[in-house]
Amino acid sequence: MSTPETLLTVRNLKVDFRLDDGAVLHAVRGVSFSVLADTTVALVGESGSGKSVSALAAMGLLPASNATVLPGSMIEYRGRDLLRLQPREMTALRGAEISMVFQEPMSSLNPVFSIGFQLIEVLEKHLGLRGRFARNRAIELLREVGIPDAPTRIDAYPHQLSGGQQQRVMIAMAIACEPRLLIADEPTTALDVTVQKQILALLAELQKKRRMAMLFITHDLGLVAQVADHVVVMRDGEVREQGAVADVFRAPQDTYTKALLACRPPLDRRPHRLPVVDDFLKAGAVVETAERQRGLRGDEDIVLEVRQLAKSFYFRESLLRQREFKALGNASFKLAKGKTLGVVGESGSGKTTMVLTLMRLIPASGGTVLFDGRDLLSLTPAQAMTYKRRIQIVFQNPYASLNPRFTAGQILLEPMRIHGIGATEVERVALAHELLRKTGLPETAFHKYPHAFSGGQRQRIAIARCLTMKPDVLVCDEAVSALDLSVQAQLLNLLQDLQDESGMSYIFISHDLAVVKYMSDTVMVMKDGEIVEMNDADALYRDPQQDYTRRLLAAVPGS
Amino acid sequence: MNTPAASMASAGLWTLAWRRLLRDRVGMVSLALVCGYLLIVIAAAAGIVAGDWAREAGVNYASPVFVGAGDSAPQAIAAVPAAPAVPSEPGIVDPLAGVLAELRQNLAAAPPEPPRAATLPLGGDKWGRDVLKKAVKGTETSMIVGLVAALLAVAIATVMGAYAGYYGGRIDDFLNWLYSVFTAIPYLLLVLAIAAVLNQKGTLTVILILGLTGWTGIFRLVRAEYIKHRSREYVLAADAVGASDAQRMFVHILPNVSHVVLVQLSLHVVLFIKMEVILSFLGFGVGVDTVSWGSMLNESQAELILGKWWQLAAATVAMAVLVTAFSLFTDALRDALDPRLK
Repeated sequence: MSTPETLLTVRNLKVDFRLDDGAVLHAVRGVSFSVLADTTVALVGESGSGKSVSALAAMGLLPASNATVLPGSMIEYRGRDLLRLQPREMTALRGAEISMVFQEPMSSLNPVFSIGFQLIEVLEKHLGLRGRFARNRAIELLREVGIPDAPTRIDAYPHQLSGGQQQRVMIAMAIACEPRLLIADEPTTALDVTVQKQILALLAELQKKRRMAMLFITHDLGLVAQVADHVVVMRDGEVREQGAVADVFRAPQDTYTKALLACRPPLDRRPHRLPVVDDFLKAGAVVETAERQRGLRGDEDIVLEVRQLAKSFYFRESLLRQREFKALGNASFKLAKGKTLGVVGESGSGKTTMVLTLMRLIPASGGTVLFDGRDLLSLTPAQAMTYKRRIQIVFQNPYASLNPRFTAGQILLEPMRIHGIGATEVERVALAHELLRKTGLPETAFHKYPHAFSGGQRQRIAIARCLTMKPDVLVCDEAVSALDLSVQAQLLNLLQDLQDESGMSYIFISHDLAVVKYMSDTVMVMKDGEIVEMNDADALYRDPQQDYTRRLLAAVPGS
Repeated sequence: MNTPAASMASAGLWTLAWRRLLRDRVGMVSLALVCGYLLIVIAAAAGIVAGDWAREAGVNYASPVFVGAGDSAPQAIAAVPAAPAVPSEPGIVDPLAGVLAELRQNLAAAPPEPPRAATLPLGGDKWGRDVLKKAVKGTETSMIVGLVAALLAVAIATVMGAYAGYYGGRIDDFLNWLYSVFTAIPYLLLVLAIAAVLNQKGTLTVILILGLTGWTGIFRLVRAEYIKHRSREYVLAADAVGASDAQRMFVHILPNVSHVVLVQLSLHVVLFIKMEVILSFLGFGVGVDTVSWGSMLNESQAELILGKWWQLAAATVAMAVLVTAFSLFTDALRDALDPRLK
């Protein structure tokens, strides 16, 4: 058997970005890897590792205004130096030989054209197909990527398709010209786990059938084992380790790779503390092996009881008729003091609606929320103020949930002023400093604005903001989902420490089933606004009663 | 303790925007020009310069210095003719004799009128008033009208836009209805109507006319920004910590939409300066006791026929430089405040 042809060789790639304030960011610092024909290479790394920049450089898609590829870098595709190609040659190559699938199918498709129009455009431009031929070929392609009823759906507009189907269309466009190399940049990150599983299966199948090479970019090590043959682990613009997937997973050589593999919450165990990258970088650090006990005994105090909570949204269809959309129907549960209720479900299952409703952040359509023996939903706004501070929430997106015009200090002081916590301003400032320290932020953070912090640090500020009010219940709405794996582990540790210390109860929402299992005593599964199943965390994962739960669990990457 | 704290602080978004503005050369030059105009306005308002703009310092239609006295040489103003000897006709007594004698005496006692200059730095107008001083005084009037009217319009628009966008529903419907009414009436008709209601001429009237009619566009923009921001997570988070509606509207959201407001303010200053000129030209402008670029242009209508172009030129140049500088500054401001737009 002859050795397979090397399609893409990246050698000593260095890319600099000129930043807004004149500073230079060395985004990629001497990266080398190659992609052989008919194999899948995974580029894995956390945000800022330079994985996407490397791929964009190979496609010639770096923003010309502020990115420079340094001399000495080489990107070779089948013997041609891509960095020396004329823009026109590069464009031709991009369509025909190399193509790309992006993360957000919703923003990659043009909403005002039907998917057929956009697909046919690709076929006309690159393959010169016309009229009926182009349309037939487009239908074939849609069928190949698993769009049901392709001859009719070809005239659908992007908004008429689900997120998964949109991504399938994007893949159809990418493979339309039979490329030899497909670059997939986080193609499943925006999708639910069950859809993610289907898309990964589709990509793997297409790769085999068409004998393409694939460069798969992801932050999720769990996915790599499923799709790739070869893995390149990147951090801070450098390659930390590369090799065959089986080898790297079985016996990682680099400390960073080891740490990445270890800091993902395992499904089968519940270590007292998750290991973080620092544990591995510090020589001689001991990795804790103690297990944490989760689950309810049944005699805990109940801090919050929700009965028949419902929320409907209404859309006006015509002058007199309204259409009702039930976002949440009859949710009932109890939250035990000092315990965590995990909530899982796919997007649109009503998880966020449920917590926003019980916190009175959006008005409920029905039901009761008992807290301290009082129904929160029937209180007047003035009466509710005293209860408001006792249920707090940490939102998903740390870039959106902090007011960019407030310093961290102002963000922490505001709730204290509103609720009259602390007798004097001096006392409040002292408490703010103490909370910053407790959540693992430097003292200097007090005077800084949110944009000066990383995502993980911002989420710590959001947590500290909640802690100023000493809440009894803390709602974490996908609070760690937007963060890198290593940062996620740190925050999960922080949340557990805080719970151990103060006895807060958590409602922990996530689409990541491993994280929810790790954090929760009880887990609730939601689908289409209904609670499908609720059980002790371990019992639910060991022995799911509902079909839907089983499907969710089967889709967890790496399970 | 303050100093170390300040040095540890990260630059706020305003500071960052200011630094971006500092790097914009065109922006800085135009800002310097605008500041120069502002200094002139302050000096004129304080009476340091051009306080005596109404004095008839030159001959009628005195030429600018650089043109020279030339053909518009003054006809020597005839000295006040000496009083003719009144023939003393017996029997007829002039009933006004006493008054006239007194007047004559007064005229003789008054210091003689200073000689009028043949040329002035930028020429003179019909009554020989200095065009340069008029232009400076006009700058004061025009800029005050532009700035105050723009502030008024932006204030109205921001408060209304905030309520409409934040609350939505009935309040939004009502304010939108008001907006529609204002925009449905032809602009000049609206101006005429307000001028008729106010029923007096003056700087304040012009400011009110411009402010009360000019808020509509800004209102729509601010409203759209508030709709965008009201469902952002940071506003939801403010709700969760117990901030009231007013706090969320003006403490949380307003600083985040203020770049839009600021750019609109800057745009409307220019727009209103131009509108004031048009209003004065149409006769709805400032009164006769003061001067603005608009009233200068209005006067120069008649002068042009006589070939006296300097008043027109002075007002036009003064206005064009300011409007151009202010517009360029607005562009630079927008780039600095929202670098993603570039």
